[in-house]
Amino acid sequence: MRAKLSIIAALTLLAGVGAAQTRDTLVIGFQQEPTGLDPTLDSTAAIETIVAQNIVETLVQMDERGQVKPALATGWTITADGLTYAFKIRDNRKFHNGRKLDSSDVKFSFERAMAPDSTNPNKRIFANIATVATPSPTEVVLTLKTPDSLLLFNLTNAKAGVWAKETVETNKVTPVGSGPYKFGRRVTGDRIVLVRNDDHPDAKSVRLREVSYKFIQDPNASVAALLSGDLDAFPNMPAPEMLKQFERNAQFKVAVGTTEGEVILAIHNGKAPFNDVRVRRAIAHAIDRKALIEGAMFGYGTPIGSHFPPHNPNYVDLTGMYPLDLAKAKALLAEAGHPNGFEASLKLPPFPYARRSGEVIASQLGAIGIKIKIEPVEWAQWIGPVFRESQFDLTIVAHVQPYDLDNYTKQPYYYNYNSPDFTKLWGEILQATDPAKQGELFKRAQRKVAEDAVNGFLFQLPQLGVYRAGLEGYWLSSPGAAAPLAQLRWTR
Amino acid sequence: MLLWTAIHGSHGIAAAIPREPIAVQIAAGAGVSVFLFRRFLTFLGTLVGASVVVFLVLEVLPGDPALIMLGTEAQADTLAALRKKLGLERPPLERYFDWIGGLVTGSLGMSHTYSVPVANLILERLQVTVPLAAMAITLSTALALALGLYAAARHNRPGDYGVMAFAQLGIAIPGFWFAILLVLLFAVVLGWFSAGGFPGWGDGFWPGFKSLILPASALALAQAAILSRVTRSSVLEVMREDYVRTARAKGLTRRRTLIRHVLRNALIPVVTIMGLQLSNLLTGTIIIESVFHLPGLGRLVFQAISQRDLPVVKDVVVLFAAMVVAINFLVDMLYAAIDPRLRLHDD
Repeated sequence: MRAKLSIIAALTLLAGVGAAQTRDTLVIGFQQEPTGLDPTLDSTAAIETIVAQNIVETLVQMDERGQVKPALATGWTITADGLTYAFKIRDNRKFHNGRKLDSSDVKFSFERAMAPDSTNPNKRIFANIATVATPSPTEVVLTLKTPDSLLLFNLTNAKAGVWAKETVETNKVTPVGSGPYKFGRRVTGDRIVLVRNDDHPDAKSVRLREVSYKFIQDPNASVAALLSGDLDAFPNMPAPEMLKQFERNAQFKVAVGTTEGEVILAIHNGKAPFNDVRVRRAIAHAIDRKALIEGAMFGYGTPIGSHFPPHNPNYVDLTGMYPLDLAKAKALLAEAGHPNGFEASLKLPPFPYARRSGEVIASQLGAIGIKIKIEPVEWAQWIGPVFRESQFDLTIVAHVQPYDLDNYTKQPYYYNYNSPDFTKLWGEILQATDPAKQGELFKRAQRKVAEDAVNGFLFQLPQLGVYRAGLEGYWLSSPGAAAPLAQLRWTR
Repeated sequence: MLLWTAIHGSHGIAAAIPREPIAVQIAAGAGVSVFLFRRFLTFLGTLVGASVVVFLVLEVLPGDPALIMLGTEAQADTLAALRKKLGLERPPLERYFDWIGGLVTGSLGMSHTYSVPVANLILERLQVTVPLAAMAITLSTALALALGLYAAARHNRPGDYGVMAFAQLGIAIPGFWFAILLVLLFAVVLGWFSAGGFPGWGDGFWPGFKSLILPASALALAQAAILSRVTRSSVLEVMREDYVRTARAKGLTRRRTLIRHVLRNALIPVVTIMGLQLSNLLTGTIIIESVFHLPGLGRLVFQAISQRDLPVVKDVVVLFAAMVVAINFLVDMLYAAIDPRLRLHDD
């Protein structure tokens, strides 16, 4: 009996050792370090990635394919006129401070974002909400001013997260939400650590006990950190040329996915000579996307012909609308009164894809007589003078918001496109309640901006990730900026 | 540039001393208190100058902190609300004097982006940058003195050529590249160190110290190279002095002469260069901290500039200015300690 017991004890011990060998920690590398962690105060993408679906929960959330799924809301009904959304809220959520979450927290969070003194970077997604009502602790009813078929989609953003009233002031330093992970600690300049929230109803299925984000700006340093074992993953490698060495290394997996980022050669449509559609079409005919993706992105990236991501079910391939044709491009320029071309400046923000694409685009446009002067600018000089004040001729940037075709309706907007037809079309999209009809309208909208050659449409920004072999459950693509940790696990 | 030619010209070391040692000024008649008062005024003047320059530069530099925080989707009313919250709409003069007032009373204000007091941020980062700079200067000085002395003793012989070749190489190799080589060898291939990062001093002395060894070595190389050249030329110069011949003539060994008579007298140019190097080190950490992703002061100010976190930038720049002035003062004090002739007799 005693022998049996000791065998059992030994086996239990062994089993315990076996279980302990599966790691339950993870170190993820990011290039950009967020200064604070409150997405309702700061638009930095890294904040959204760390916080969304991990620390804070939203009424609805996006899955890897970009589809809207229930989250804090178990379900919802929309009235036939598209003006009233009634959500049923889960009854089993607690904030990380132990207090139960109910519909009043949704009301508080939304009204805070809508308030006159709100500093929410995405305040515009709430602009169409007239009232937030809470008939019961588990019910929230949103009444809209006009129908908005993209509302649910927008509510997946952590900027529409549900926060606890008593802790909003300190969320920047120690964010408190109701998600499967809670804020652990931070060594500023080095790392942010999240720990599993054992009070979450799904905690049992969450494998990783502790996840650290380490911040490494320099691509060479991040490669060394992966190779030396300091990092387990780098989901967004800024330097595509670094990937080859990991593809040949059995200890790592290279994951190539896609993002919502359309890389465009933005053109100042309000300024001569670019206010002439023939000049813009000439530019479109001169762009060789294949050479660009090879030269600037080492072959990673999908060509686009309009401002819409290829992974979206409503995408239409318009890359053939302006085939590479230098003779035709020159003829169009001549017709527009520039037989000898002209000079233009190209302002490049500090992202590697933009700086590298800029060099290639400058030489491609040089082939039809457009002499490009490249001006590298830092982000502060881009977002102010270029983006806010339209002081530019040409620039290259990725537009990363989902469904950002609506930028083409904005007045004023940095590329100064003004088309009443397009604005009308977008209005119809927002009012469309039938998905099939809405899909058709999305296709028409893509065609319209391509026909007007508003901007040079270059490629969809890839998501280039490197992961240690044995890690599973990560998203290849980023439909929003979220990267949920709850389903990550080590298989060995 | 003057300094650079001075270092590279083998006999031009005297030109590398940019100013009169203070003790000379003291000996010239002025009392200690007057001298200290003058020094203090220079110190204050430098700080006021630095504060005006950094404030003006940040005023004219394009880039709106509120816009950078809120991003491309921000609405005009949200931007206005944030600008008001950050106090960016107040007149420049008012903001300048508020800032200076804060500095004088010791309250450094709040960081826009981190929302924590700037003083806390700086103190946190100094825990990385100060040990890093101290380790680098200790390492480079020890290496440089040993190599410089050795080379001078073996003047025009293979040992001397070897040291000079090392020095040329050390000056020629950019610090960041040497840093990458160190990481590849010691972190990736050998696995002795981690590739970067800083665990903090919370887990004890060794983990923190260990994480600074590679960065400090990378920083020290170029400094050691320059300093060993300076030491060598300076020692060679002193070796030609009559008293050295006398010391040898009265029977002191070569080694004892070198250590007791030559090295001490050769130290003044070395200390001058060290002082300049210490100031360079503080700024050199910006690049090295980036390669080793260390959360130091250099990276803080780099990030703060790109995000237009104005309170952080202003305070750190003034702090850097203060440190440089303080180092110069210390160097002056060291002259007196090294050379008894320059010491003030107040007994």
